[in-house]
Amino acid sequence: MSDLFTVAIITATLASGIRLAVPFLLASLGEAVGQRAGVLNLGVEGVMLIGAYAAYYTSLESGSAAFGLLMGLVVGFAMGLVYAFITVVMHAEQGISGIGIYLFGLGFTDLLFQKQVGTPKKANKLEVKPPDWLVENTGRAGELLFSHTVLIYVAFLLVPIVYWLMTKTTFGLNVRAVGENPQAADTLGVSVNGVRTAAILFGNTMAGLAGAALALEIGFFQQNLTAGRGFIAIALVYFGAWRPVGVMSGALLFGIVSSTVVTLQVHGVISGSVSSIAHMAPAVLTVIVLVVVSRRIGQPAALTKPFTRDG
Amino acid sequence: MVPLAAVVAALAVGAVLLGVFGANPITGYRALFTGAFGGPDELAATTLKSIPLMLVGVGICIAFRTGVINIGGEGQIIMGAILATLVALALPDVPRPILVPLVMVAGAVGGGIWGAIPGALKAYSGVNEILSTIMMNIIAGFFMSFLLEDWLIEPGAIRIQQTKRLTQNADLPILPGGTRLHLGILVALIVAFLGYLLLFRSSLGLRLRAVGHNPHASRAAGMKVELSITQALAFSGACAGIAGAVLVFGSESHRLIGEGGPLAFTQSAGFNGIVTALFGGLHPLFTVLSSYLFGGMLAGGISLQRAVQVPQALVIALNGVVVVFVVGSLLLRARVQRWAEGDVQMEGRA
Repeated sequence: MSDLFTVAIITATLASGIRLAVPFLLASLGEAVGQRAGVLNLGVEGVMLIGAYAAYYTSLESGSAAFGLLMGLVVGFAMGLVYAFITVVMHAEQGISGIGIYLFGLGFTDLLFQKQVGTPKKANKLEVKPPDWLVENTGRAGELLFSHTVLIYVAFLLVPIVYWLMTKTTFGLNVRAVGENPQAADTLGVSVNGVRTAAILFGNTMAGLAGAALALEIGFFQQNLTAGRGFIAIALVYFGAWRPVGVMSGALLFGIVSSTVVTLQVHGVISGSVSSIAHMAPAVLTVIVLVVVSRRIGQPAALTKPFTRDG
Repeated sequence: MVPLAAVVAALAVGAVLLGVFGANPITGYRALFTGAFGGPDELAATTLKSIPLMLVGVGICIAFRTGVINIGGEGQIIMGAILATLVALALPDVPRPILVPLVMVAGAVGGGIWGAIPGALKAYSGVNEILSTIMMNIIAGFFMSFLLEDWLIEPGAIRIQQTKRLTQNADLPILPGGTRLHLGILVALIVAFLGYLLLFRSSLGLRLRAVGHNPHASRAAGMKVELSITQALAFSGACAGIAGAVLVFGSESHRLIGEGGPLAFTQSAGFNGIVTALFGGLHPLFTVLSSYLFGGMLAGGISLQRAVQVPQALVIALNGVVVVFVVGSLLLRARVQRWAEGDVQMEGRA
């Protein structure tokens, strides 16, 4: 028990937690922007699966993980076009159409995997990392901070970027205006549907990237690879009260709890059944946070409401 | 008409996909149809697949009509299955005519509690039920794995996440006719009829639907909005919980199986039930019909896979397309707007 609390193990657990947080973080940041514009996308899980499969299959066939990453982004963007059409143009109920997207992604990626790949094969992982000397010369801190693949830095760099985008740019102002009071924004000449479409495209591209990050981190795909991460990412948006830093805290919490549970289980401190309970903890905590948040901060006023000029 | 058009459109998408994979869509769909409705065994298989969809779907009708989006069917199925399993483990010697209804009720209670929690959180704390039900799904999944990892696992060398074979006194009786069809279908039909009576033939249902039309007006009229929301999710969860019990005691293994993850146990019925309820116009009796149709898709998917070597996962993908087409269609939107305007007359005829 006592040798569990060595610096080496704690560092490794934290580093692994940071890695596990990345798919949550990417997907949540995208979802947060979409929700700020008044669009709830419950299909994140499905888009993540499609992004993950596209990245995996491209990497498997071309041998280039970077190309796989690009395909993850592309299919995410394409799903964004679909979702924008469904919700912005057709005014479909957002919660339910998201479930449709989820079922489509779940079935479609399983179908493609069985048909195109069949037996599980290892694809190339994305292994662009900071130079070795950086890790070697910085000790534990280096292991914690510089041992990751490039995507992890991109994900965390996106936190201040999205913050800047949402608070300091005209686009961000428009997004928030459209999410709070689309009628007023429309009166001022903001294209409500245009801003919402842009936010949806950003959100879905990020979901595709999140899926790609997941698949290329392990170089592997299987049916339902995401296992609910996309749904958790949506909850993290509420958890983080629609703010990038809040979303990042939630993602890190989920990541570090997961990695801690795995460490404890690997070192035989807790049994498999206890680890199931521990894995449950972030979801329980999220429900509690939802109770607190819903009292404290309101969601974007026009969330899930399609925009029409007359009302 | 809208749902039918949506299915035709989805099948067209499926035909394109089949074509892309080099399979003849006509051969594929013929195999799907024959596999679903081609004979007594096929019809029985379709019925068995449709039972969880009917039960979850009826629950979805109740929740959605009250204006509550229940995404928690998966978790409610699991908690119903767990409580029913615990009852069967605790009372193995209770005679079958008593134990079978008892485990069904236990399923309803387990699912009902799991629905009532997010219901109460929404009603009294304003917690978005879409998110809380999703979290409740995750919690239920890990809870099942917690129980099956250790406490309820079948004793023996091979550690598979499943219980021992549960008492035969809780087996759902096979109906006469020489197929595998069991009593679960009668349970589902009874629940659907009760759901219909509840929604359209009782004062409680009138209150629930009024809250769904316009919570503010209902409150002004002195109705208990918070209680209605909690009740709606509790009823909705109870229906899904019964589906969980049927999945355990109507299965061929007669065990609670967690191996392969929660989705493997629920067969996505918690999500697919949303599809069938929407497709059935959020009416319990039409939901029975639409569930039967989708059950046929699921059962026939196996034959489709065998005939043209395209995995049956196609059917799940097509279900998703159906949902998108149904909710994306303008006519449905017009109907939702009429609901939103509180056109109680329209609903009164149903």
